[in-house]
Amino acid sequence: MTTRIQAQGGLKVFRRGPDLFRILCGVASVLTVATLAWMVFEITHQSLPAIHKFGFGFITDGRWVPNRDAFGILPFLVGTSVSAFIAILFALPLGLAVAIFLSEDFLAPPIRQFIRFTVEMLAAIPSVVYGLWGIFVVIPLVKIFGQWAVVTFKGVPILGTLFAPPAYGNSMLTASLVLALMILPTITAISRAALVAVPATLREGSYALGATRWETILGVLLPTAAPGIVAATILALGRAMGETMAVAMLIGNSSRLTSSLLSPAGTLAGLLANQFGEADGLQINSLMYAALVLMALTLLVNVLGEAVLRYTQRQTAGIR
Amino acid sequence: MSTAPTAAPEDFFHRVHTANSGRRALGNRALNVLCVVLALLTLIPLVSIIFLLLKRGLPLLNLDVFRLLPPAAGMSGGGFGNAVAGTLIMVGIALVLAAPLGVLSAIYVNEYAPASRLAHAVRFVAKLLTGIPSIICGVFAYAVIVLATGGFSAWAGGFALAILVLPTIILTAEQALLGVPKAFREASYGLGATNFQTIWRIVLPDALPAIMTGIMLAVARAAGETAPLIFTALFSQYWMQSIKEPTASLAVLIYNFSTLPFEHQVNMAWTASLVLVIFVTIANVMAQVIFRKK
Repeated sequence: MTTRIQAQGGLKVFRRGPDLFRILCGVASVLTVATLAWMVFEITHQSLPAIHKFGFGFITDGRWVPNRDAFGILPFLVGTSVSAFIAILFALPLGLAVAIFLSEDFLAPPIRQFIRFTVEMLAAIPSVVYGLWGIFVVIPLVKIFGQWAVVTFKGVPILGTLFAPPAYGNSMLTASLVLALMILPTITAISRAALVAVPATLREGSYALGATRWETILGVLLPTAAPGIVAATILALGRAMGETMAVAMLIGNSSRLTSSLLSPAGTLAGLLANQFGEADGLQINSLMYAALVLMALTLLVNVLGEAVLRYTQRQTAGIR
Repeated sequence: MSTAPTAAPEDFFHRVHTANSGRRALGNRALNVLCVVLALLTLIPLVSIIFLLLKRGLPLLNLDVFRLLPPAAGMSGGGFGNAVAGTLIMVGIALVLAAPLGVLSAIYVNEYAPASRLAHAVRFVAKLLTGIPSIICGVFAYAVIVLATGGFSAWAGGFALAILVLPTIILTAEQALLGVPKAFREASYGLGATNFQTIWRIVLPDALPAIMTGIMLAVARAAGETAPLIFTALFSQYWMQSIKEPTASLAVLIYNFSTLPFEHQVNMAWTASLVLVIFVTIANVMAQVIFRKK
């Protein structure tokens, strides 16, 4: 009897630690969830004065003149969308090629390993280093290309508008090119996973019917992996929209809306990076509002991408 | 790559061979070449970046740059010792804030209540946080700390980085815990261990290397980030006195120096980039090594 009581008493003392740990873990989880809610609340709260003053006109207004308290983000919104879109245009074919390359047995495993390492290395290079590299390598190249393009495409319908003079180095095109490089690892990694997840039986079936390798890739593997590749593209789009430093260093940060890819432009992230350090008054509230728009935009794109990815995973599980 | 037999006898194989050696085989080969060319194309920028980092960054790299303060505009000499220290301190602050929070959340999600509503919420929030642009973390820290305390500080920068790496830590820690074999847990319960004993003595020790991998990845990610720091920690020309004042970091130094019209400052930006890339690479490699050991 006594031993039982002692044992229980001893246990009770000993149980306090485990319970505490369990509660601690629970509290940490609640805090994690609360962090996002806090972020959304705080940024919304700080942008309220600007929301009250500008309403939805903030998004459709094209002027951003801090010393006159005129704030509209249309040029930056367009810049964010266009730069991300062009980056995808460049990165998708390259990323897909590398993904196919890595999921097929074109080359010996060591060489594949090397290419994979290269792409991972691209993901590890800090954004600001891309910016520095862009200033010294991509800007001069784009300037040369621009001068050539302006002369060549003069008077040509669409190309003439896209490559209208004057040709600057700090431009939409420069920023988009470097962005493409930065989102390449995202596209490659997710597309490769989608390609590898295609059941071997489909590939073998295709070969057994006499298809060549590329007939198999284009006719069987890519269509089967298509939802995964779409997810990769959407998630990369989200990354491109939020990318800040390299873009801020290369795009020229202009609030003028132009149709030429050779002109300076601006993005939402670049706007925040450039102006927050010295902002005051209504400008802070307007920047917060811009941050809110950017956050909503990237969240939307990411939720969409995740949804497609989840659908894909269920789909491939079904094939199996 | 057509691997048809070379000396095919007059039978099925021969027919397959001839079918494949026409237009289809040609198309196949052309696409092979295209794919290889596109894949190799991605090598060029990386080679260019590494080449320039070494060419322009190496000449100034010596022990002095870790000891000295940044040169004023137009001046020569100097280093970026305060920026290295600032980066390390802010990454440290980020880890102190985010690592316990992330790992404990992951333990709750995976060990205590995997199917609960809270666990789903944590996973969902972690996924969403990964997609949030790094600069938004900076905006948040600006709103919560810079505006509230009335000044830029290392503390604000570290806080922004903590938000940034939190999802990385949660998601990798959860994977690490998932990787512990079920048999370990069952054996532990079978021997009469409690839930807590199983987690503390069996699951955590086994998952620790993989959790450390996640934390090293977080270090690599945080060290290279600039956007959350430019208007939270700002920059400083001097050695740090307290975490309540503006603080230099390698990333912001590169940003500031990259656009200056002085050759020496630009070279210093390259040297700082080289140091940063080496630091990030070491953190990444360490993450891999810890992971492989398991």
